[in-house]
Amino acid sequence: MEHIVIIGNGIAGITAARHIRKLSDKKITIISAETDHFFSRTALMYVYMGHMRWRDIEPYEPWFWEKNRLELKKAFVETVDTANKTLHFKDGGTIDYDKLIIATGSVTNTFGWEGLKLNGVQGLVTKQDLETLEKNAPNNKECPRAVIIGGGLIGVEMAEMLRTRNIEVTMLVREDAFWAGVLPKPDAEMISRHILSHGVDLRPNTELEKILGDDKGNVKAIITKDGEEIPCCVVGITTGVKPQISFLKNSEIETDKGILVNRMLETNIKNVYAIGDCAQQREPIGNRPSVEAVWYTGRIMGEALAQTICEKPFEYNPGNWFNSAKFFDIEYQTYGWVFSESRKKDYEAQFHWKCNSDLRCVTISYNKNTNEFLGINTFGIRMRHEVFDKWLNEKRSLEYVIQNLKQANFDPEFYKKYEKEIQSKFLNQTVNA
Amino acid sequence: MSNFQRNMSLTGEPPKTINTQQKIASAIGLIGLALLFLALFNLDFPNKTLWLSVSLGMIAAGTIWFSIAAYANKHEGIKNDGIYFKSLTSRGFWAWILGILLTLFYMVLYWFPQYLGLVQDGDNKGLVALFDPLSKLLNGGPASQWFLYGTLYTMAILAFGVKFLLKYRNNNYEKLRTFSVMFFQLGFAFLIPELMLRLNSASFSLPYYDLKNIWPLNYYNFEQYRVDEFVSAGDIGLGLLIFGIASIFIITPILTYKYGKRWYCSWVCGCGGLAETAGDPFRHLSDKRQVAWKVERWVIHSVLVFVVLMTTAVVHSYLGDDSSKYWLTKDVFLISVASLLTLVFLGVWIFKREELQKDARIGSIAYFVIIIALIALHFTTGKTLFLFDAEILRQSYGFLIGAIFSGVIGVGFYPIFGSRVWCRFGCPMAAILGFQQRLFSKFRITTNGGQCISCGNCSTYCEMGIDVRAYAQKGENIVRSSCVGCGICAAVCPRGVLNLENGPLEKRINSNEILLGNDVDLMNYVNK
Repeated sequence: MEHIVIIGNGIAGITAARHIRKLSDKKITIISAETDHFFSRTALMYVYMGHMRWRDIEPYEPWFWEKNRLELKKAFVETVDTANKTLHFKDGGTIDYDKLIIATGSVTNTFGWEGLKLNGVQGLVTKQDLETLEKNAPNNKECPRAVIIGGGLIGVEMAEMLRTRNIEVTMLVREDAFWAGVLPKPDAEMISRHILSHGVDLRPNTELEKILGDDKGNVKAIITKDGEEIPCCVVGITTGVKPQISFLKNSEIETDKGILVNRMLETNIKNVYAIGDCAQQREPIGNRPSVEAVWYTGRIMGEALAQTICEKPFEYNPGNWFNSAKFFDIEYQTYGWVFSESRKKDYEAQFHWKCNSDLRCVTISYNKNTNEFLGINTFGIRMRHEVFDKWLNEKRSLEYVIQNLKQANFDPEFYKKYEKEIQSKFLNQTVNA
Repeated sequence: MSNFQRNMSLTGEPPKTINTQQKIASAIGLIGLALLFLALFNLDFPNKTLWLSVSLGMIAAGTIWFSIAAYANKHEGIKNDGIYFKSLTSRGFWAWILGILLTLFYMVLYWFPQYLGLVQDGDNKGLVALFDPLSKLLNGGPASQWFLYGTLYTMAILAFGVKFLLKYRNNNYEKLRTFSVMFFQLGFAFLIPELMLRLNSASFSLPYYDLKNIWPLNYYNFEQYRVDEFVSAGDIGLGLLIFGIASIFIITPILTYKYGKRWYCSWVCGCGGLAETAGDPFRHLSDKRQVAWKVERWVIHSVLVFVVLMTTAVVHSYLGDDSSKYWLTKDVFLISVASLLTLVFLGVWIFKREELQKDARIGSIAYFVIIIALIALHFTTGKTLFLFDAEILRQSYGFLIGAIFSGVIGVGFYPIFGSRVWCRFGCPMAAILGFQQRLFSKFRITTNGGQCISCGNCSTYCEMGIDVRAYAQKGENIVRSSCVGCGICAAVCPRGVLNLENGPLEKRINSNEILLGNDVDLMNYVNK
């Protein structure tokens, strides 16, 4: 029986395993050094916040693995010997594979600042990071203030987590508003105001110079590039993530930022595949970055690769881009492409509407030459994935989308509807233009 | 380093204390409660009207002030911070204390009302006596232990209802639903039946009737003394009796078809009302394991069978044999019951066979055969219907299901098993509504494409123990008999994935194993 070995038990690896099992009887082994069982990485924050226990963020009960004959091994893969199709573990021992799927995900990305090794400096990617944060910031007596470096999705999660324990948070953001490298300016500014309203000391246009420690090796403060010293006990490094591929450096597997794969998710070595955050497309697909560190793309790659492994060769061919997040109390969804000022295409124009509450807004991007609808950012209003997927495929016009926005609404029953307000703003703008 | 005790488990030591205002509010509420305790231990209050008002007023004011202090100054949104760190809401010390106190209260209420001060012939004493003035004001007579219970129950729904309204003030669905349960409890369950008692005289008497309390939840609705009273009370009584029958056979099926069982379970029902308000802090304690779901299916449907047998036996016992006196005789009734059950059984097996799980198939056949065989046995050999005397069935049901299951376990164990144990495992009304919801209703919880991140908030906060995430992460809609449509899964979802909707029956349960976001060809591939 063919033996499929998967390194990594995150969403990409587990999705691949589940779908291979659905399609075949192959022997499947999943290796992870992080946890015994698959968990939802995006839900780490809720454990620290006391919304859920660890077991609640594990999507499958412990019996699931045995029932589906998915063998789990807790070990750290130190080297990959592709010539002999063997993995060597750090604690000794080996495992042979017929096909290898690498789904090792990401590690925290850092920029070589001074003081990174101090106690209290940490990212928030792994279960171990969560445990470290619990130790570093159990409450506001042990940790009166934390500084978060980087304004992105992990940064805002970490801020929200720390604020639930009344820990003061300073957040250094390189851009002039939160996540302004990704969000259009009005969106980024609204979210920035919301973050401020939650008592976070958000510092736009501020970068880290270095981290200072005390004589016991603990963090005591950070210094910004402007020379300001901010005392703190925890420094959260949330300046993005990068593929976890360091264990491959002596292998034959070709890497760049991530593990290089083609559209079949194959590496340069036969029978070795890479999916999820750790994979890098040789040729970027459409507007997508070559490394996509997103829950959904990990899942989609797992689904596609399972077909290939089960003798139905299949390309990773993601449909329309989508993503979602939650910034404290404001939910965010995006369908299609809406670019920030810095990344905006020259054909892209945007229509923006914001609610008076300052808690909801919508930005729709369109092609200014053809009026084709390109994408939407929606904050505080839930929208239907299926409807936008269809409209993007049908290349609908901006006007069509605005007129039919009601069809896409996914808010709970009895919620106030904003379509009319959005439509009238659009009409006014068009008339005045 | 300080000598701070570090808990190395993942649930650490966050601030879990309550603020000063909440402390004062708690003190006020507890003093109000203490006054009731003083009455319980037979302290004879001089001015009962005053002291009852003071006590209930302080409990209500304390609860509401506590809620305002907890939520009013915070942003609108989800308020689950620290739930699993607090002793009361994570099966800690205070949860057990509260559970034990509630359980004791129910035991005294059901079996030892004399300790509450109930005096059968003569003036009440103690706690029940304290409620006499309110009882006289409403129904003209002295209080009973049930009046005391009804008052406290209504107070709990109203005061904790206000708390729930503040907690979910961003969510109109939750707000409307909560206004609704508060309204039905205050009006239909409490004020109307109490005031109706005033209509009673020597020549005219209506049974105590909470109009929204439908058989089989209201398992005693068709007992002889009630039916006699209904019939003897002329047109009004007959109207109420017909309404009682129509509630279960006409109103319920129509509303459940259109909106799912939520129209009742989380908008109208008193048990649901208490679970949604006072029970809300315990909703996450429901058991999500698959094994719990298996137990649930057997237990709740067994209770349903029990109540059908019991009611049939009871009604059968007081009907006559002579069709010339009244058309509905023992035999006509039994044959009607058997025919109705046969119709339902055949209907499901002919039209919905594919949707029945293995255990549902075994269970439905087994129970159907047993009931029909018992009825046949009665007709052929003349043995007692269902082998036991109707009175024994009635008493056992009242004791085991009515008292122990719905009261002692259902509410007493809120802080341990969560707030909907009765609704999930025991309520025969929920079983009927759920049966229809699963097979013949427009209601479903829609999953929004591929946006699920498997975080588990939906499953964790499902009071019915449904593993919502298991469906959402596969892009499947959630169509489950037990879902009471409280809407909290949709509220706590951080990615806007879930939505309660009424829609066409076609494609109500979609099963796209490959979610949106992937190449459409891949979906065709898999679905081939």
